[in-house]
Amino acid sequence: MIVAGLDIGSLTAKCVLLDDKKILSYDIMKVKPNLELTAEEIFNRTLEKAGINSSEVSKIVATGYGRKKVGFANRNITEISCHARGAVFLIPTTRTIIDIGGQDSKVIAVGPDGSVREFVMNDKCAAGTGRFLEVMANALNVTLQELPTLSKRAKKAIQISSTCTVFAESEVIGYLASGEDVENIVAGIHNAIASRIAAMANRIRIEEDVVLTGGVAKNEGVKIALENALGLKIKVPFEPQIVGALGAALFAFPK
Amino acid sequence: MTLRKLQVTKRMKQIMAGYYLMGHQAEDVAWVTSGAPVEILYSMDVYPAYPENHGALIGATKMGSHFSEFAERRGYSRDLCSYARSDLGCIFANRSPIGGLPKPKFLFACNNICNTVVKWYEVVSKIFKVPVFVLDVPFVRKDLKESYINYVEDQIYEFIQFTEKITQKKFSDENFRKTLKKSLKAVRLYSEILKMGKHKPSPITCFDAFINMAPIVCLRGTDYAISFYKEMRDEVLNRIKNNEAAVEDEKLRLLWDNIPIWYRLGWLADFFASRNVCLVADTYTNAWTSFLTRRKDVRGLAEIYTVIYLNIGIERMAEFINKLSEEYDADGIVMHSNRSCKRYSFGQYEIQKMIKIPSVVIDADMTDQRSFSEAQVETRLEAFLEMLT
Repeated sequence: MIVAGLDIGSLTAKCVLLDDKKILSYDIMKVKPNLELTAEEIFNRTLEKAGINSSEVSKIVATGYGRKKVGFANRNITEISCHARGAVFLIPTTRTIIDIGGQDSKVIAVGPDGSVREFVMNDKCAAGTGRFLEVMANALNVTLQELPTLSKRAKKAIQISSTCTVFAESEVIGYLASGEDVENIVAGIHNAIASRIAAMANRIRIEEDVVLTGGVAKNEGVKIALENALGLKIKVPFEPQIVGALGAALFAFPK
Repeated sequence: MTLRKLQVTKRMKQIMAGYYLMGHQAEDVAWVTSGAPVEILYSMDVYPAYPENHGALIGATKMGSHFSEFAERRGYSRDLCSYARSDLGCIFANRSPIGGLPKPKFLFACNNICNTVVKWYEVVSKIFKVPVFVLDVPFVRKDLKESYINYVEDQIYEFIQFTEKITQKKFSDENFRKTLKKSLKAVRLYSEILKMGKHKPSPITCFDAFINMAPIVCLRGTDYAISFYKEMRDEVLNRIKNNEAAVEDEKLRLLWDNIPIWYRLGWLADFFASRNVCLVADTYTNAWTSFLTRRKDVRGLAEIYTVIYLNIGIERMAEFINKLSEEYDADGIVMHSNRSCKRYSFGQYEIQKMIKIPSVVIDADMTDQRSFSEAQVETRLEAFLEMLT
């Protein structure tokens, strides 16, 4: 039985095709202003990669901020349930999931059976999300992909005192103007996002294994900063950005 | 229709329209806070106007942000309470959804609900050039002490003298006892209605309690509140007799914490009803049900107004939520982290750890719709329901 999971996030759209719980193909793309068309495009691209026809897909589940815009989905489920499901599938010992997405971040506690026990989400603020990193990378004139390499070379981490993304950006520009090394600034940025996430995570009981998902999990610098802030080791699945879409696809199978 | 609405709400609207009209004809008007011992005022024939009720009304008419901006333009921070901002905004704009509150002769602020009211009323006092009486109530961290009641009781006597002097009216012990009796009667009726939410399926939702709470806030101590809540009780009782549920096919029973999100009341009611979820009780309206005492005197009054929900420590709040969840057999609680009400929202994350039922926090504001993000609230609530089912 072939099923599909679509995760239409605020910045990227993800799709995973499963055949009896084996990944056939997956794809990631930037979200376009029209979410309906974005959903169709990412679905078609993923089908093409697997070399199959849409008629062969028996069930489709949508998740993410744009989950209700996927007209062709059979069902929609929140990203909280889907990230939990996907993470536990990839790493069965998962007890806590930290997901840092484009515009929100969440910490989810799951029971031994993988069911959601409790969760917290960031409030209406970009601090502690992927957007924060994007804004900072832009201010430093580097790419997102360069960030982890830069922070690895840092001699120290500068202190960013503003929580607000906009004020933090001004602070970063101020550091650049005063001649601070970009590497040290990037390390400071990673610490800032980590401390924000750690403060949120501490609202609930954190148990190991802790799994980091979402696009930001691809940044090793954030992972290390978060490990330091929480005082524990964090696991990252092979493709952390598709965990939500994978969870959605898993929900397509009968219980 | 999955949500059954109460007929009595039409009657409430008539009564409240009458109450607002009464204010414009009254000889003596005082502006009071929601947790002030209004019985003294009614017994002395002083009309109480409620800026907080006005704020709720502004919120329900989705004008909160609009009127707040009038205050913000004068330098009042967006971090201040939106009841204060929108009410002050109406004064500055010289209009409101009900044409503004009647001009006060004096102000009566009781800080048992928060300390914003002290500064807020000071501002109003300067605007209208009228005196303000602040009733200072000690915070009850654990147990209610005799010394607290003595302190509050003394101030109530001072307040009586203050009112006598301004209005040139004499306080009568007999009138006061009659008023207190009426107040307690209305509170008992309102409690009786709220407790019907224990029935399965519940005949009411907390949204019914919110919509119909204005008389218990503004008119307790008068016959209007008694006759209204009798009518409401009979309607809800009838539902139980006919086994009519407020929410069709009730599958989950939840509690609500904090002041309602007035401009989204209908949206939230429909959100839950369409998912067969009934919000059977809340900590907010239940705050008024604690206004009970065996003593029918000023000391009794002092006692009631000292131990109200917002004036107790978080351990006692958690105990109260646990009690509600048991009595109403609730599956979880939705906690509104209200940007305006620090006193109510502070400690919610601690309370979450102290209560026995699952909980979810949603960030919003009671009156200011700029602080509401539909996609975020919807995702949190949906995820919470997915977690519970």
